[in-house]
Amino acid sequence: MSPIGTEHYLVVAAALFIIGVVGVLSRRNIVVILMSIELILNAVNLNLVAFSRLYELHGQVFSMFVMTDAAAEAAVGLGILIAFYRNKETIHMDEVDLLRF
Amino acid sequence: MTPIATTFFFYFLATVVIASALATVMQKNPVHSALALIITLLGVAGLYLMLYAPFIAGVQIVLYAGGIMVLFLFVIMLVNIEQADLEERFNKQWPVALIAAAAFGGLLLWAYVRKTEVFPAAPAVFPESTNTQDFALLLYRGYLMPFEIASLLLLVAIVGAVVMAKRRV
Repeated sequence: MSPIGTEHYLVVAAALFIIGVVGVLSRRNIVVILMSIELILNAVNLNLVAFSRLYELHGQVFSMFVMTDAAAEAAVGLGILIAFYRNKETIHMDEVDLLRF
Repeated sequence: MTPIATTFFFYFLATVVIASALATVMQKNPVHSALALIITLLGVAGLYLMLYAPFIAGVQIVLYAGGIMVLFLFVIMLVNIEQADLEERFNKQWPVALIAAAAFGGLLLWAYVRKTEVFPAAPAVFPESTNTQDFALLLYRGYLMPFEIASLLLLVAIVGAVVMAKRRV
């Protein structure tokens, strides 16, 4: 078998990204949608670390910042979810239609 | 000259990551989704180890699988959902979502097939033993300003999460 190159990691990351996009677009549960966003951010991180093997360590530093962003996003998103659940008693995305025209 | 086990471990980890990511999206119970997502994160940490990034792999396990997933499980417990509400997993526009994702995947596949040159081969020996030191030097010298901004972002996120989750401010 051929040795594992950068392309192999990029293919795995692309598959992760597409699975995450499907989850964001098609699930009803808001918690699962936030989890799918984490999948997308992980795909980005995998790309950055795979490229940082070819060049300097800059990709790894950037993946660190992406992880910081993911932590902040999860905290704020779950806070919004709790506040919303207290008001509307639902965590389904298709029932969040206060602004629907 | 690459080690003989590398190919096997790559395909093993890739299979685990893709399968558990699919389980994350498909599971009916959000708790099962969270457990499948933890397996995905651990598999990605293994891929980081194979890419000679041990520090990022450790941070992935401690921060993601240890911190963020505990937060997710706590919130799943806080918003206790009726079992009947779990029956309908997908919303009404899921075929459109699937078509859009398939089109995006086709775009990526087209780019992959039409490529004219490949990436340069990775250096066989990477200074893995000094990875953490090199990472720290780069982070605190070259990226000091973004580092401080990231700390400010975390502060804003903490305050925001407390303000929104609190019953009455």
